[in-house]
Amino acid sequence: MREVDVKLIADAVADLSKEANYFLGDDVDDALKQGLEQEESPVGKEVMNQLLENVRIARDEEVAICQDTGTAVLFVELGQEVRLVGGDFNEAINEGVRRGYDEGYLRKSIVKDPLERVNTGDNTPAVVHTEVMPGDKIKIILAPKGGGAENMSALKMLTPAQGVKGLVDFVVDTVSRAGPNPCPPIVVGVGFGGTFEKVAYLAKKALMRPLDQPNPNPFYADLEKEMLEKINKLGIGPQGFGGRSTALGVNIETYPCHIASMPAAVNINCHASRHAEKVI
Amino acid sequence: MEPKRIAPPLTDEDVMNLKAGDNVLISGVIYTARDAAHKRLVELLEKGEEWPVDLKGQLIYYVGPAPAKPGEVIGSAGPTTSGRMDSYTPAVLEYGVKGVIGKGARNEATRKAFQDYKAVYLAAIGGAGALLAKVIKEAEIVAYEELGPEAIRRLVVEDFPATVVNVAHGNDLYEEGRKQYALD
Ligand code: SF4
Repeated sequence: MREVDVKLIADAVADLSKEANYFLGDDVDDALKQGLEQEESPVGKEVMNQLLENVRIARDEEVAICQDTGTAVLFVELGQEVRLVGGDFNEAINEGVRRGYDEGYLRKSIVKDPLERVNTGDNTPAVVHTEVMPGDKIKIILAPKGGGAENMSALKMLTPAQGVKGLVDFVVDTVSRAGPNPCPPIVVGVGFGGTFEKVAYLAKKALMRPLDQPNPNPFYADLEKEMLEKINKLGIGPQGFGGRSTALGVNIETYPCHIASMPAAVNINCHASRHAEKVI
Repeated sequence: MEPKRIAPPLTDEDVMNLKAGDNVLISGVIYTARDAAHKRLVELLEKGEEWPVDLKGQLIYYVGPAPAKPGEVIGSAGPTTSGRMDSYTPAVLEYGVKGVIGKGARNEATRKAFQDYKAVYLAAIGGAGALLAKVIKEAEIVAYEELGPEAIRRLVVEDFPATVVNVAHGNDLYEEGRKQYALD
């Protein structure tokens, strides 16, 4: 067993909170540049230029790319040979978020109760997904998830008879209905299979995969391309002002499912598609 | 096309000079309010009570800024999704606010309210918070401090860029732009 002090987890989470909010990944930056090249609309081009300029300012000045610094969503892969010492694992993560959001001048966007809506003041609690894996390492991915794009997401329990067409139509319709709201150009995370709760998790997990890395299964890799083409024919364009660049990428994650079911979920992310990771 | 310059408070005439698709540069004072502040303001209207700040003729910016780093005026400050304010906006425009700045589509009733009350809906670039913070020269909380990022702030802006989406004439930039670029 390898002993790891949970303080290291808190430190990593604090660093990742800042890193993810200041520095957009190269894959997204490249996709924005490619989108700019392909954009036909003059207004769309202007928007893409401003988004790239925004990314540059955030990086150079170490400020938040977007004021909505999100819910802190964490994916933790915990090696089964790790023994955590020095305190409570979940509390360490929240301590990291608290510190990172405070030190990083990041916005506190969490309310304690969905109806009473009083801000918790420190952006906690985080939403944490932990998976136990072989090995003695801990991999932490932190993804600040903005509300605007999250709100346009959807889940549908499709039936097996609806087949691949049912899936494609659901994904394209969801993006079409979202229109200008989720700050296009967007990134589309698709979960397919599993159960009601698993499919939503897969859709969010899909957003963690770099945009230049297609699904390892060639069938789903092609489907990702097909969906992206369909979405970019919608005409929504950068910021919804009309144009070619509605989405920068579509990532699909799948899982086996029940003989009666074919769950699908679409988690929409904005162009500020942020995540950062660290291995302890 | 050269952007049009506007400086609040706005008159009916200022608004009627704008059309969907126009780029504008705003200079002067604008006020921030988003979900929680709107809820309170509209409750005051329902009770027939005064607002904590007089916003007649003014522009409301839907934003919950990130905190300012030391030495800075404000943190990242881009628009939030406007649709969540749809249920409040007709009452806010009836009160006399002349325009709002946000991002994303408005519902039918709200679009009609922009026509009825001669007001303008402007879109700022969603997710360009670091860039937009540069044109904000002063920021001060003027009401509801306890709401944190949702407090009402008075901002002084210089050449704040935005695009007209809906205005009194009834057109909608989102619909028109999308139609122009949709394939098959
Ligand atoms: S959708 Fe994304 S880019 Fe737009 S305001 Fe929300 S977090 Fe920022």
